[in-house]
Amino acid sequence: MSATLPDINIALPNGATARRVEDEFHGDLLEISLGPHHPSTHGVFRMNATLDGEIITTLKPVFGYLHRNHEKLGETNSYLANIPYTDRLDYLASLTNNWAYVHAVEKLAGFVPTERCEYLRVILGELSRIINHVCLVGFLLNDLGTSFTPLLYSLRERERMLDLLEELTGARMMYNFMRFGGLRTDVSADWLARLKTYLEGLFARYLDEQDALLTGNEILLARTQGTGVLKPGLAINAGITGPGLRASGVDYDIRKVDKYSIYERFDFRVPLGEHGDTYDRYMMRMLEMRESVKIILQAMRDLPEGPVNDPKAKSRGLRPKAGEAYGRIECPKGELGFYLISDGTPNPYRYRVRPPSFINLTVLEDMCVGQTLADAVITLGSIDIVLGEVDR
Amino acid sequence: MSIPATTSTSSSLPTPPPAGISVEDRESMRKQGVLLTSFNEIYNWGRANSIWPLQFGLACCAIEMICVAAARFDIARFGAEIFRASPRQADLMIVNGTVTKKMLPQVVRLWNQMGEPKFCIVMGACASSGGPFKQGYNVVKGIDRYIPVDVYVPGCPPRPEALLNGLMEIQKKMREETLTGPNAPRYFRKDADCVYPVPEYGGRDLVPPHNPKVWKPAAPIVRDAKA
Amino acid sequence: METLEQIRDRIAAQFGAGAVTLVTNPGPAAQHSLLLASHAARDIARFLRDDPGLRLDFCSNATGVDWPDKEIVETTKTTQPDPAGGPAKVVETKTKRLQPGCLEAVYHLYSMALKSPAPVIIRLRTVNRTDDVTLPSLTPVWRSCEFQEREIYDLYGIVFTGHPDLRRILMWDEFKDHPMRKDYVSPDDYEWEPTPHDDVLERAKAHYPAPSASTTQTPEVTK
Ligand code: SF4
Repeated sequence: MSATLPDINIALPNGATARRVEDEFHGDLLEISLGPHHPSTHGVFRMNATLDGEIITTLKPVFGYLHRNHEKLGETNSYLANIPYTDRLDYLASLTNNWAYVHAVEKLAGFVPTERCEYLRVILGELSRIINHVCLVGFLLNDLGTSFTPLLYSLRERERMLDLLEELTGARMMYNFMRFGGLRTDVSADWLARLKTYLEGLFARYLDEQDALLTGNEILLARTQGTGVLKPGLAINAGITGPGLRASGVDYDIRKVDKYSIYERFDFRVPLGEHGDTYDRYMMRMLEMRESVKIILQAMRDLPEGPVNDPKAKSRGLRPKAGEAYGRIECPKGELGFYLISDGTPNPYRYRVRPPSFINLTVLEDMCVGQTLADAVITLGSIDIVLGEVDR
Repeated sequence: MSIPATTSTSSSLPTPPPAGISVEDRESMRKQGVLLTSFNEIYNWGRANSIWPLQFGLACCAIEMICVAAARFDIARFGAEIFRASPRQADLMIVNGTVTKKMLPQVVRLWNQMGEPKFCIVMGACASSGGPFKQGYNVVKGIDRYIPVDVYVPGCPPRPEALLNGLMEIQKKMREETLTGPNAPRYFRKDADCVYPVPEYGGRDLVPPHNPKVWKPAAPIVRDAKA
Repeated sequence: METLEQIRDRIAAQFGAGAVTLVTNPGPAAQHSLLLASHAARDIARFLRDDPGLRLDFCSNATGVDWPDKEIVETTKTTQPDPAGGPAKVVETKTKRLQPGCLEAVYHLYSMALKSPAPVIIRLRTVNRTDDVTLPSLTPVWRSCEFQEREIYDLYGIVFTGHPDLRRILMWDEFKDHPMRKDYVSPDDYEWEPTPHDDVLERAKAHYPAPSASTTQTPEVTK
């Protein structure tokens, strides 16, 4: 796209330009379908792209290859039975899904979690955010063509955290740990001490190592800076949330806005980007992990004694009064909300998940048009989607 | 010549005999002829220790498969670390996750595109039977309704060790395969048809709803109320 | 932040009193909502987005709800004076009435500019569930509705006029039904369990009219 040849440049809707090729052999656009089985898309996601040479002119995402009827099943299950299903929405960060759901049910039924439970939820939720971001960084670098090596570092850290969580909850991925007004079990002081040792020791070393290896890496900078740019105005209008929004410079973090749970008691910053490109989105994750560690350490310091379950809250056979509630939290990928309508029966009348990854994909086309196909792959990687949540 | 049941794998042997084959098995293999037997052993030994799985992820179970490929569980110990993105280069399909009706034609097509001999591990409750999402309108209640399955690995998700165990079962199956005779697998027979029909999207369901050559609905075990 | 009543009054002043109704939520969450008349909905949405006091620039969640036709039995008690002069009798009359169903689209709005913590909820309702199922699309106002309205169209069958690209999104294009509706019947393909029970058993029996003696396994009691 050289600016010296304006006559053969086509202006594209998002302001970028593509080159018009007037040659009789190269005039045609090439339509390709990436996915649903494709090594560089995440899960069974599919994009239908039209290419002019290597430049993308249109890109249409196709969904539904993992549509497993989460919402329909949610309407036939009891409120309690839906908790394990929420684990399977965003399977890289199950605990925040649990949290969002119990948060919505608590609003619907009017439960108040206990103090100790709130602190433990913050600890577990932030740990979940760290696990998600660790994986994202690994997968993003994998998309850049690093062929598995940084992913191995990420998965090494993930395994260490999974070991801790497995010890606590009994499962590696699907924790099913939160209950209405509480948690399934209490957390021992010994476990917390080990988590603290890990976060201050090995994990801090991992973050420094990752920064030293990658954050200033020339190839990473060349590949990610200036690609997949998202303008703040469009981001707000298209409902983008999470690190993707903050990378565009919009200061909106539900932990600060809604002040749900006890987040206003902690001292933490919300990292903001400037350019809204892939590099900023990568940096958001690196910085958020450090903030999450800070939050966890503060929560451990202040953790009060007391019961972990609200004795008045009922999990089994819960029949909330007729009404509706929308509860949302800041999950690692953005705003995860649950919209529940109760008609007084043991199962929800309407059970709706507001999936952040799905809505964040709204602008995928705008971000990719005018770039090369290889950049579209890393743009998709930096949006951070999990198909279990996109298609539900 | 008698062969000890536990064969040693010292380097003095020209071709290390594969573990896990009993004396009787080897004797029966010998009946096929000296040339083919030795060839068969080497062939199976080589195949079982260099499985190339299809790089393919469907749902949550795929994350556990990635963990198996990573350093801690290290599927490379079993010679199966080369995940191929192209079905033409793969000989093991790990169906790792919920197969939806929208995804099913693609899965069957991938399976058809893989060259024989090929194997299929079903990983997790969803792919085996629909799992937690069995009542869903868009969920296939087990991939075995459309393609033949060699090993089922239960769990939701199965632990990485369970998947490794499934892989070892596949290796065992490979080592026990004969090239000729009545026990030869389907792809060594001339008359066998290894292409499975790809279902089409219908107005309400897939057409056909299952492959009658591969799967038949089992008669339910209905117990009398008084029993 | 204005209360919902104030917002309603301002909308009513600008677009007419028929354009908006307040729907109260009896539950503990007390998230009340505004029911908009569909003919004015897009203008009201623009007003909500651009009004400097509200600035609801972020449409977080858009979703459908199905309300099938419901038969409501109402019991009314009337006191009838006895013509013979005795004590008055209480007569109960039961009236059945069919409450017509509708499909509903619910939007949760927030303000990123003003950082509002509580949502402003707006709802739109179709005339019925069968032939008049159109609603104005709010995608021209908030881009975030683009995929979500497609999803509502796919799963509930609400046709959004003015949507740039209204196609099925989760199910395949040839699919005929709208599976999230309450009266959707899923394909009969999961009853083949080896040991069915409850309603699955009933459905299994329909496929196997009479279990013959050979397939019926009666556990033998040995003492
Ligand atoms: S078996 Fe469980 S973990 Fe595996 S794909 Fe199904 S729901 Fe996910």
